[in-house]
Amino acid sequence: MDILDLAFMQRALLAALLVGVTAPAIGTYLVQRRQALMGDGLGHVALTGVGLGFLLNDSPVWMATAVCIVGAVVMELIRWYGRTRGDIALAMLFYGGMAGGVMLMNLSDSGSSANLSSYLFGSIATVSEEDIVAICILAAFVILTTVGLRRQLFAICQDEEFARVTGLPVRLLNLLVAVTAAVTVTVAMRVVGLLLVSALMVIPVAASQQIARSFKATFALAVGIGVTVTVSGTATSYYADVPSGATIVLFAIGLFVLLTALAAPLAKRRAGKAQAAAECTLDVPGARTAADDVKV
Amino acid sequence: MEQPVISLRGATASLGGRPVLRGVDLTVRRGEVVALLGANGSGKSTAVRSIVGQVPLTGGELELFGTPRRRFRDWARVGYVPQRTTAAGGVPATVREVVSAGRLARTRFGMMRKADKEAVIGALELVGMDDRLGDSVDALSGGQHQRVLIARALAGEPELLIMDEPMAGVDLASQEVLAEALRAQVARGATVLLVLHELGPLEPLIDRAVVLRDGCVVHDGPPPEAVGQHALPGHDHVHPHAGPAAEPIRTGLLT
Ligand SMILES: Nc1ncnc2c1ncn2[C@@H]1O[C@H](COP(=O)(O)OP(=O)(O)O)[C@@H](O)[C@H]1O
Ligand SMILES: [Mg+2]
Repeated sequence: MDILDLAFMQRALLAALLVGVTAPAIGTYLVQRRQALMGDGLGHVALTGVGLGFLLNDSPVWMATAVCIVGAVVMELIRWYGRTRGDIALAMLFYGGMAGGVMLMNLSDSGSSANLSSYLFGSIATVSEEDIVAICILAAFVILTTVGLRRQLFAICQDEEFARVTGLPVRLLNLLVAVTAAVTVTVAMRVVGLLLVSALMVIPVAASQQIARSFKATFALAVGIGVTVTVSGTATSYYADVPSGATIVLFAIGLFVLLTALAAPLAKRRAGKAQAAAECTLDVPGARTAADDVKV
Repeated sequence: MEQPVISLRGATASLGGRPVLRGVDLTVRRGEVVALLGANGSGKSTAVRSIVGQVPLTGGELELFGTPRRRFRDWARVGYVPQRTTAAGGVPATVREVVSAGRLARTRFGMMRKADKEAVIGALELVGMDDRLGDSVDALSGGQHQRVLIARALAGEPELLIMDEPMAGVDLASQEVLAEALRAQVARGATVLLVLHELGPLEPLIDRAVVLRDGCVVHDGPPPEAVGQHALPGHDHVHPHAGPAAEPIRTGLLT
């Protein structure tokens, strides 16, 4: 029987596709401003939302979204104001979020430990009709933001101080990045799980960087890699009966290793070309050599 | 009388609880090229960053184009080149992508139109980097990197250019290119404030030099000649109370 005939697999594959697009999309900006692990922290915080959903008999996805957005806003506030104690404050937020989630799940009637682990590590068999609607809406928000505001977000992540002097509303845009990351966490939660969400925001970007030279290409290739690993990982998870989140992340790491191996000869060729160009232009009597030019 | 482009009066600012600017007066009039000089740590970057609103003033007054800084919104008129740091983004970016960010001062949330794309190319032509459009900025030398950052500031076609040590770590060839680019900006009527360590190839362009020491202005007048060989004009009279720990101004210009 074909896996596309199964309703739950259709849902799982659609969810996987959307995760494959959204996680690397926002991940590219997070990696660019060296906040690669922000998704991990938000994943911890989201568990409190899941717990609340179970306790209040409300949708865990929407509750996780709400709590995660609050967490993201608090993180941004800590970044603005909490210079010195920032690390400690973030630790409180992350571990408080995780502990709170486990506690709330435990207090609720329907929150079993099987349920808990399906949210922590992802479980494609449990993506409900209701979940998929939420995932589609949230993914649309993430895609609109990361693609529609790519020039503005690139600027604030590349050089925040410069972006502020261009007059962009940098604080608002920073907040938007954090909120978008939070939303992505809940998009990805059902397929890869809260503990592995961050891997899908970071690894495809790291893999893509091995061969891409522009931001645009890094973004596009990271999304391509993301979709490849989430869809193939989800299918594999069905056929081999292995956990989806772990499969997807291992596939992503595999692609990272592969692209790194491919990148070495590519970089060598590019370096050779650059060298040749430098030799020609510097062949002027009395001109300074490249050695005078201080490397950043 | 025409309003000065930058008017800083009695500016004080603190960083980490330590006073860094201790009553700085700095006026830059339209069309002027003013060099801000001084030893490392004398507060040059802080002064410049307070002008562009990145360091809050604890006292004094600041006006840009005759508008109090608090009410100033017209950032498209200002081009800023921050002091270069080693921090590149975590993701590769091309020369074109970085310089296009400078155009956001004009486009904001709008589309990047043909004129905007041409302005980006034009800015890169000015610094002689238009042949490197598609190259990753990580692959550039220090001097080329600095040229890209200047092109980024020029992409918005600013009336006022503020540059923090644009010549630091830049090879002589790049310095000449930058001097030429600056000359073109001045010729089209731009006003320039730049932080420098030594005047170098820019010397003929500079109308006035302001020297900072320990957060105070110790010289404001014609640029010192033959930097490093003579003390600044009026050096001995301007700060007769300088303590024994204070180093002569010329040291700052040599480093
Ligand atoms: N973020 C900061 N926190 C605390 N002190 C700072 C900070 N940045 C700069 N300073 C201090 O302020 C003084 C002036 O710095 P700066 O304006 O960068 O000097 P300059 O650009 O002239 O070298 C220095 O003593 C420096 O150590
Ligand atoms: Mg400085």
